[in-house]
Formats: sequence, C-alpha cells, structure tokens
Amino acid sequence: MMTQLPLLEVEDLYVRFDTPDGIFEAVRGVSFSMGREKLGIVGESGSGKSLTGRSILRLIPAAREVVARKLVFDGIDLQGATEKQLRQIRGKRISLVMQDPKYSLNPVMTIGRQIEEALLTHQRLSRTEARAKALAMLEAVKIRDSERVYRAYPHEISGGMGQRVMIAMMLIPDPDLMIADEPTSALDVTVQLQVLAILDDLVTQRGMGLIFISHDLSLVASFCDRVLVMYGGRVVEQLAAKDLMAAKHPYTQGLLRALPRLDGAPVDLPTLNRDPAWMTETLA
Amino acid sequence: MSRPMIEVSGLTITFRTGARDVQAVKSIAFAVAEGDCFGIVGESGSGKSTVLRALSGLNPDWTGDIVIDGEAQGRQRSKSFHKKLQMVFQDPYGSLHPRHTIDRVLDEALTVHGIGDRDARIEQVLRDVGLPQSFRFRYPHQLSGGQRQRVAIARALILEPRVLLLDEPTSALDVSVQAEILNLLRRLRAEKGLTYLLVTHNLAVLSNMCDAVAVMRYGEIVETAEMGLIRRGTARHPYTRQLLTASQGYDRAAVDLLTL
Repeated sequence: MMTQLPLLEVEDLYVRFDTPDGIFEAVRGVSFSMGREKLGIVGESGSGKSLTGRSILRLIPAAREVVARKLVFDGIDLQGATEKQLRQIRGKRISLVMQDPKYSLNPVMTIGRQIEEALLTHQRLSRTEARAKALAMLEAVKIRDSERVYRAYPHEISGGMGQRVMIAMMLIPDPDLMIADEPTSALDVTVQLQVLAILDDLVTQRGMGLIFISHDLSLVASFCDRVLVMYGGRVVEQLAAKDLMAAKHPYTQGLLRALPRLDGAPVDLPTLNRDPAWMTETLA
Repeated sequence: MSRPMIEVSGLTITFRTGARDVQAVKSIAFAVAEGDCFGIVGESGSGKSTVLRALSGLNPDWTGDIVIDGEAQGRQRSKSFHKKLQMVFQDPYGSLHPRHTIDRVLDEALTVHGIGDRDARIEQVLRDVGLPQSFRFRYPHQLSGGQRQRVAIARALILEPRVLLLDEPTSALDVSVQAEILNLLRRLRAEKGLTYLLVTHNLAVLSNMCDAVAVMRYGEIVETAEMGLIRRGTARHPYTRQLLTASQGYDRAAVDLLTL
C-alpha cells in the first residue's frame, strides 16, 4: 500500500466566492492524500466539507476560483485538465453520490433508463447489453425486485431504494474513486447500514477509493478508515477513525461530547464553545 | 403515576388513496403523565408523525379516543385546546413564514387568542428560548438553523401551553446545535412543568430526553418500554433490539444479521 502512488493528492486547496462584502474563502488550504480506502470528512454545515468533495470534480461553477497547489488524481492534473478531459473523468473514473434521491434522480425518466444513460455515456454498448448490465447492477446493490425497479419511476420507489439506485448509477462505470456526500443521511438507520455495507464491500472487493462526507461522527468513526475533521474551511485534525474518540483538537472533542449517548444519563449535554482561535491557529 | 395529561386508546388513522384505504396507525394506545417526556421512535412510514398530527388536530381522519388533560377530543378542536397544546415541527427552514418577521410570527398567535400585553410577552418568550431581543425584527433567512428552531419553540411557548408535541425537533440540526436545543427543551420542561411527546428516529436523543418510549412499526406500537431498559441495551421486542443495534454505529457483521 505504502509504495503505491496515492489515488488522490490535494494540496493547499482554496475555494473563493465573491460576496457583496468582498471575497469569502469557504475552503482554506485543505491538504490530504488518499489511497484505495474509506476516507471520512466530517464537520458541521458550512465547514467546507461538501465544497472540498466537489472541488475534486471541479463542479463549483458559482465560485470565483478553485485553486490548489496540487490536485492530482491517479497521475492526472485535474487543474490543468480541459473540460473534455474532465468529462472523461467525471462519472467514469470519479463519481459523486449526493444526499437526496428525491432531488437527484430525474423524475420523468425510468430508473432503468437513468442507469443505462450513465453507462452509455462512457461505453459503446447495445441496448440489450446495457439493460443486462443495469439489472445486474441493481441486484449488486441488493435490490431484490430488480425488474420492477428497472421499469419504475423515482416516485414509485422508497427513499432507501432511491439511494441504492443512485449508488448503482454511480458504480456502473466502475469508478476508481467515489465521492459520497451524506449518502445515507436521508435514510432510516437500518437501511443506512445496508447501504454502507454495499459501499464497504465495493472498497474491499473492487479496490475503490471512497470519500465519505458526513456530519455524523459516530457513523464515520465506525465506518471509515481515516477521518478529516473540518472547521471553518480548514482541516483542523486528521486521524485514524479508530482513534476518533481520542481526538486531540478541542473542536473534535467538543463535537463528540455534544452527542447524546444511548446509554447516557438524561442530563444536559456539554455544548460546544467555539474558540475564535480555531479559525486562525497554525495547524500541525 | 401522576395525573395523565395525554391518553390515547384505540387510535386508528386511515388515509383514503383512490379505491384503497391505508391504515397508517392501527389501534394504538398510550398515556403520558403530566410533566413527563414520552418518546415515540420508529422508521419512516411507521406512523409516528401521523399520531402527532392527529393529536394536534391537523389530521381529522382518525377514530378512537384522544383525551388531553381530562377532556375527550373530537375532530374539531376548541381555541382553548390550541392554547393548551402546541407543536414544534422538524424543519426550521420550512415551518417559519419566510416573509414574516420573528415579531409577526410570535404576535400572530397572541392576536388569534386575543391576548394583550404583547410586547412584554414577546420579550419574555425570546428570553426563555435564549434569543437576544435584537432578533425580534429579523426575518427567518437572517437566522441560523438552531436560531430558527428556537423561534419555532418560542412560537409554541408564547401561548403558555401545557403540552408540546415535538416532531423530530433536532434532526435537521448539527450535533452541537442539537445539544443546545435539547438542553433548552429540558430546561423549559423543568421550569414550566410541561408535558412532552417527542417523536424521533434517533434513540440516543430519546435516551437523553425521555422517561418512556413507544416503538412503532407499520402503524403499530410493538413495545412500550421504560427508557432505563433502552439505556441498558435491553429490549423485549426483536425490532427494538434491531433498532438498538443499528444505533450503535456501523458493523459489517451486524448488517447481515438485520432482518428487513
């Protein structure tokens, strides 16, 4: 593992927006590299975690600029890539799963057609071949009644199934890296675990890399290999998921303490006291 | 058990969809004593929010008995009922009128109920929920999610109700903000002797807030348990145990054991 080139290298990433009050830096100097593993990015709303994920695919059109000292995926410089080259990468080699199937699936297109579209964009296949692959992929994400779901429209399936359909759609071109932005937050706890198991198996069986963006610390701690903790657009702490409970940064510690516990007493939860220094301190 | 504040028995809620009737809630029963916090937990579609909507009078398609503070309720609710029982909704982004100031949101309930002394009441309720007075003339989009949920709680509290129905009050919020709102709700219950009925899918939130819990699945209550049992990880019904397992984070081996 250690001798391999990293799958993704991000160094000193900045995302800047123009606002009436001047330039706002939503992501400030984020650096990390990852291999074929499960990397969690946690943080609260506005911490820059989703923007970091989208920057990799250069999918932030409203930003003034997205710049990094280094943004390299599998030896390809994503910053120097043309739009044409990016289209070859987006979906095919790096895919993005978004939070809510209700808004991310096309409501007037059957599930089957949507999955096939993902496939036919990147490969030359006959309709019959595409259909067979789409059905196989639905089964791979543990949809039992794949024929029915193939013909169904998004409103005819449940949220959990919709999420699995989105994952199927993103997996069918066999990507090397999947960026999943809160892929299970809209799901029930039991369904959530099933969807995670599918992702987990893909990482271990296909050697895919996974960036798992989430606000759920306990979930990330139990699911991922490594965790980046973001606050105010920066990575304030980077550690192995199993060490998350022993986090050093007061922000991470504060978040962990604020979580209600199943076996906890019914008393006030410690709230987070935000230290202004967290925004500016020099990070190790 | 002290005086019951909420008594529900044989409550059945039916939705008519085309030719088919769907029983979303099937003859459930529970009681909540005055000053207690009672939780309902379950997954989407289990009927938990539907129960709250029927209790609050938002859904008239129910049969059975609903007794609030000793008074049997019909489909039409009186003005005094709404003064006694108020609801806080899940989404603080959707439940506040985007073009009404906080002042107007809070003032509306007072106008409807013909309550005077409005300035003092609005100032007091803002203090109660920990919002600065300067927020009074702001619009919802100028507030954060947690601040909006404080406004939603203030709106429910301004009529000085006895019962609050809380529908996933923190599930749209970040954990640090969730902790603040849960602490606020706990303090208000203690100070004002309120009775809570809290609906959520998050067992840990219930454990932090409630004395007892009903577990719902497919419109039925499969188990009613003291919260202490849940905290110790012991539950009688297999479905409750499954929820407990699922709440303890990801475990590849445990997933294969889930029966769905």
